[in-house]
Amino acid sequence: MYTEKVMEHFRNPRNVGEIENPDGVGVVGNPVCGDLMKITIKVDDDTISDIKFQTFGCGAAIATSSMVTELAKGKKIEDAIKISKQTVADALGGLPPQKMHCSNLASDGLRRAIADYLKKNGRLDKIRELGLEKELEKMEKGEMDDHGELCEV
Amino acid sequence: MVYFDYANGYPVDRRVIDSMIPYMEKEIGNPSSVHSMGLKARKAIDSVRDKIREFINGDGDIIFTSGATESNNLAIIGFGMRNKGKGKHIITSSIEHMSIINSCKVLQKNGFEVTYIPVDKNGVVKVDELERSIRDDTILISIQHANNEIGTIQEIEEIGRIASERGITFHVDATASAGKIEVDVEKMSADMLTISSNDLYGPRGVSALYVGKGVRVQPIIVGGGQEKGYRSGTENVAGIVGFGTAVDIIRDEYKEEAKREKKLRDKMIKRILSEIDESYLNGHPELRLPNNVNIRFSYIEGESLVLSLDMEGIYASTASACTSKTLQPSHVLMACGLKHEEAHGSLLFTLGKGNTEEDVERLMDVLPNVVERLRMMSPLYRKKKGG
Repeated sequence: MYTEKVMEHFRNPRNVGEIENPDGVGVVGNPVCGDLMKITIKVDDDTISDIKFQTFGCGAAIATSSMVTELAKGKKIEDAIKISKQTVADALGGLPPQKMHCSNLASDGLRRAIADYLKKNGRLDKIRELGLEKELEKMEKGEMDDHGELCEV
Repeated sequence: MVYFDYANGYPVDRRVIDSMIPYMEKEIGNPSSVHSMGLKARKAIDSVRDKIREFINGDGDIIFTSGATESNNLAIIGFGMRNKGKGKHIITSSIEHMSIINSCKVLQKNGFEVTYIPVDKNGVVKVDELERSIRDDTILISIQHANNEIGTIQEIEEIGRIASERGITFHVDATASAGKIEVDVEKMSADMLTISSNDLYGPRGVSALYVGKGVRVQPIIVGGGQEKGYRSGTENVAGIVGFGTAVDIIRDEYKEEAKREKKLRDKMIKRILSEIDESYLNGHPELRLPNNVNIRFSYIEGESLVLSLDMEGIYASTASACTSKTLQPSHVLMACGLKHEEAHGSLLFTLGKGNTEEDVERLMDVLPNVVERLRMMSPLYRKKKGG
């Protein structure tokens, strides 16, 4: 079902854990739907210097989380927000179709973590510049579930 | 390798394979042919009908199909369409196999009404509710003998008695139970019964629907009118012969084997629940198939458990969302009243002839660490631990 690359990240996930006193936190998913991801980041000079994840979910959920942390580490936040679901799936050599949206939320989690970082630093202009208003709004409303129509809770 | 996934695929007994080979190489007659080779094939499959009738203690027709899914489709859709003049209400349970539930949905689209009887937290069908839901236009009750996911065995004789008293046709899906516990259509008062070859260590792609005397179904596969017109298509002679051999073997062996598996099952359950914190048994503790162990682990998800065990050479399964095309967790576990996140964290082990005490030891060497590793990755676990 999964590519060797997915299984490799599942077996040896990168950057598991939680950063103490993080500069930004992004939570996405919903345990009700079988996936919950938490991304914590450390940012220096608008560059993601450290990133960690915790994930409740299936093999794809864990592998995509791991891949996102690997792709984002060391990137400027402007570049990190460009990491999309497709980028993550491609980097993993593809995902089964039903996993493409349901278990591939880590890039959304990363965007939320970046929005959280900017908000904490009062940089609402930068949030607008990067188009992260939606992420901010969802976080403020406490909306965690991004599964859409697939998860009828 | 430790294989705990029998319910998803049984190995075929060597004696079964040996009995099938002649019917693929030499005895290749078509049962519908009038020549002597055809007659030989006809006799071979008819003798299997007798074996199955004897095994389930019934005197009705045996219709061979391509699998339990087709047998269940025929029992529900075929019966409903043939008998819609008599009534349009069907009763089943909320934990039936999807081949029953989706057949019922087909009938609902064709003007039928279906009542799905709920179960208690152990997966036992609420018989009093079933009795209350019977209407004047109820034509069929279909209840599984035992559940394929949680192993719960239903009060099938009681349900059969109710159906028979009210003159309602009663179908029993015995796919998961046959070969593990006694299946007797007389005792169950069953008018129709589904039984599958692979679950008896026979080949895949073969199943039977037992149809009692006086019960009429409309074919759902039409063509040359084989199987008395109930199911067209040239019979899978070698497969049916293998099914018969499997019945011969299991009839003599299943009681001893069930006793053995039950011991392993109970040992597994006891050890998992005592050695892993926050693990819980799904299904009924006693009214349970001898080969079923279904456990849920808090804070983690089933598929990642299956993949982690796979890395250790242990094969189990999950009915969780991530193995299906939607995100819905197992309808069986949800019907038992589990929360979504609990249902997602469930793991199913099904035992069979090949399993030994050593397999249980091997599992328990690995499982606590696998669970702990995934929990350490889970944001839910940390939240809980940190308060």
